[in-house]
Amino acid sequence: MATFKDFRNKVKPNWCPGCGDFSVLAAMQRAFANLGLEPHDVAVVSGIGCSGRISGYVNAYGLHGVHGRALPIAQGLKLANRDLTVVAAGGDGDGFAIGMGHTVHSIRRNVDITYIVMDNQVYGLTKGQTSPRSEMGFKTKSTPSGSIESAIHPMEMALTVGAGFVAQSVSSDLKQLTHVIEEGIKHKGFSLINVYSPCVTYNKVNTYDWFKENLVNLDNDENYDASNRSMAMQKLMEHHGLVTGIIYQNKERKSYEEMIKGFKEEPLAKQDLMLDREHFDKLVAEFA
Amino acid sequence: MVKQLSWKVGGQQGEGIDSAGETLSTALNRKGYYLYGYRHFSSRIKGGHSNTKIRISTSPVRSISDELDILVAFDQETIDLNAHELIADGVILADAKFNPTVPEGVTAHLLAVPFTKIAEEVGMAQMKNMVAVGASIALLGLSVDAFKEVIEERFARKGQKVVDKNMEAITKGHEYVQEQIGNTITKFRLDPSDGKKRLYMIGNDAIALGAVAAGARLMAAYPITPSSEIMEYLIKKLPELGGTVVQTEDEIAAMTMVIGANYGGVRALTASAGPGLSLMTEAIGLAGMTETPAVIVNTQRGGPSTGLPTKQEQSDVLAMLYSTHGEIPKIVLAPSTVEECFYDTIQAFNLAEQYQCPVIILSDLALSLGKQTVNPLDYDRIEIKRGKLVDWNEELPPLENSQLFPRYEFTEDGISRRVLPGKKDGLHHVTGVEHDETGRPSENPLNRKRMMDKRLSKLSNGIDFDTPVFLDAQHDEADLLIVGFNSTRGTITEAKERLEAEGLKVNHAHIRQILPFPTEIMQQQIQKAKKVLVVENNATGQLTNLIKMHVGFAEKLVHYGKYDGNPFLPSEIYKQCKELLVHGHI
Ligand SMILES: Cc1ncc(C[n+]2csc(CCOP(=O)(O)OP(=O)(O)O)c2C)c(N)n1
Ligand code: SF4
Ligand SMILES: [Mg+2]
Repeated sequence: MATFKDFRNKVKPNWCPGCGDFSVLAAMQRAFANLGLEPHDVAVVSGIGCSGRISGYVNAYGLHGVHGRALPIAQGLKLANRDLTVVAAGGDGDGFAIGMGHTVHSIRRNVDITYIVMDNQVYGLTKGQTSPRSEMGFKTKSTPSGSIESAIHPMEMALTVGAGFVAQSVSSDLKQLTHVIEEGIKHKGFSLINVYSPCVTYNKVNTYDWFKENLVNLDNDENYDASNRSMAMQKLMEHHGLVTGIIYQNKERKSYEEMIKGFKEEPLAKQDLMLDREHFDKLVAEFA
Repeated sequence: MVKQLSWKVGGQQGEGIDSAGETLSTALNRKGYYLYGYRHFSSRIKGGHSNTKIRISTSPVRSISDELDILVAFDQETIDLNAHELIADGVILADAKFNPTVPEGVTAHLLAVPFTKIAEEVGMAQMKNMVAVGASIALLGLSVDAFKEVIEERFARKGQKVVDKNMEAITKGHEYVQEQIGNTITKFRLDPSDGKKRLYMIGNDAIALGAVAAGARLMAAYPITPSSEIMEYLIKKLPELGGTVVQTEDEIAAMTMVIGANYGGVRALTASAGPGLSLMTEAIGLAGMTETPAVIVNTQRGGPSTGLPTKQEQSDVLAMLYSTHGEIPKIVLAPSTVEECFYDTIQAFNLAEQYQCPVIILSDLALSLGKQTVNPLDYDRIEIKRGKLVDWNEELPPLENSQLFPRYEFTEDGISRRVLPGKKDGLHHVTGVEHDETGRPSENPLNRKRMMDKRLSKLSNGIDFDTPVFLDAQHDEADLLIVGFNSTRGTITEAKERLEAEGLKVNHAHIRQILPFPTEIMQQQIQKAKKVLVVENNATGQLTNLIKMHVGFAEKLVHYGKYDGNPFLPSEIYKQCKELLVHGHI
């Protein structure tokens, strides 16, 4: 059986020392191993950004695509081979700016993949511009007098559009992070996991210390019921979205694959391509 | 008795015009006639003038005709807009209800037939279109029996009563006109057909069926005219084969989903028109860079921007070739008949896997939506070629110590072995960033150059496509070569026949593989001709310029463009050819 070490490769990440993304990588590798997966059972599809490099640092299959499009690629892959464990990953710009449309529609569609956003509230790779996750007033190279646009609240947004699995965690809590990734993968349907993953270079506001002070861990709240959507919404609003843990899970909702009429258990990628003559004749006869 | 004629039905969109055209043509196709139908429609659902022109012949036809013999009108507007097309002794069959009149200068006979009144008597005013069908076949000298089967199939779902009523409407329309004309108008009686069984399809049907036959099991697409029929057909057919169609949020999602799916090992496609293709360009580059197969259909329509969304144009040629940033291997095919739409689509899926690159099937509105008689499609010509794909059953040497599979290995033909995710010992990276043989990012200049050369070399020795150029070129020394692509095939054939009947030596080359460009074949053809006319539905001469770029002969090539939204007529091409031959320019 594979251990988390089997999901490591020899590529040295080009992230800055201290970047939150290191923990996301480690948590992902642990989660895969904890779930008993083998490297060839897994595919990580990532976007473009510092965070997007993650697919190249996991010893598994994976595709590093174009900015903002990790989700449709990941869904196409999952539909092609439903035996694979498909994880999409990328930055907050990738998922909530250029790729926001896909994020919303992936939630609606509910293909059984897990989406991990490495949310550093800034654009790292392009060297520090504002992101849709930056709070109002946040000063960056592109907002020298502070952002004058309001930030997106991805967890609330996900609940509104009908998400079946919504979780949040932070890079400093490897244990919780690993756990929510495992649960997200186990969840049958689309799972959204937003990870506060500090950018130590371009975000001097939302630092590890800042998160330590501001985050509320739902795992410590005995009365919290993650199957209760309105409670989830209330909690998020109460804490300005700054909560961690599994925020909401709907175990009843069927995944897209389960809803497709006639979709087979056997992956499409393993099926015979050749149409039999009888079937062909039947199709052709309709045009007579 | 005639060997061929043209019939047109027109009225307000939503009045049953399509259904009248469909019924008439399906029945005639089954009787063994050859048909070619072209719909003139606007992007409104109800209202607005719309018409369908159908050419009926005892021999193959692949073009609309210049003239019109019979016009069926449900309103005066139809007559006002279309009567000028009628031949001198053509016939207008018009609903008596609106007191039809013939515009000045039109000499055709007007037969006012109480379409609506007869339909009401039969039971439903809506069936006036079936009365009109009956009235038409009386002119064609055909019996109503030929319609029984078609009507039964069309209305079976609605019950026997509806079937009977529709048959009655056809019969009554037939009787009415028969009584009126007796033996006076006989010139539209059709010669008997050969009675052979053929199909009747639009290009989009053939593309969709071709995709199924090629083993495509997933489509991701966003609706757009004139491509939507492809997804509508596949959503009906793929589930019974275990696959599906995903209607995505936009074309970027469609294209990237197709990349993900093909990377996963299923044959997947998307289809769109210009606006959608514009959105897909970045992703097409990703397919090229990652050497992921993908099949993309572009049914061209009038551009730029929203342009003429329901009209014919061929103005995306250069965009299909050059719109992606950077340089990638890409194949662009351009079928020119409905049969080719079917066979080329199968080949497109093979080529995408054989050369591990995106393949664009370029069509145009007239080909995608024009309905034609099609020779039976041959099951035995369906061949699946997956190139250097590692089979699921093949065992790969174990990868030790985080070693990776050389997915992008440098090889003689530039094509590397492709292994699918899920396969043991096949791990490798895939990235749109420049990479080494295992897919790991690399900025090494030597590797960069080798990788670029590797990707581009895959297509540099020609590709495994059966007919890069359709040739109807018997003359070693021709007065004229006519060049076209996509739907102009039949129109050019007709113009050529007329010119040849006058003793001129005319060759015809129809380009079916636009990228890689068939330079050698075109060079030979151009060399053999004194003059060359390139016929294309665009303003700037995109194909003309492409030929100049690859083959040269700039002084010999003359561009003939039409970009008013309508397909070429045979007479227009004929006239321009004559002009060129007589005056040396057009
Ligand atoms: C179409 C396109 N536009 C712009 C870029 C440039 N770009 C690359 S990454 C990025 C934003 C990265 O921010 P985020 O997604 O938050 O990732 P991070 O680097 O912070 O992890 C941008 C704008 C691109 N690669 N592609
Ligand atoms: S710039 Fe920020 S996000 Fe990018 S690697 Fe450095 S710390 Fe991480
Ligand atoms: Mg970011």
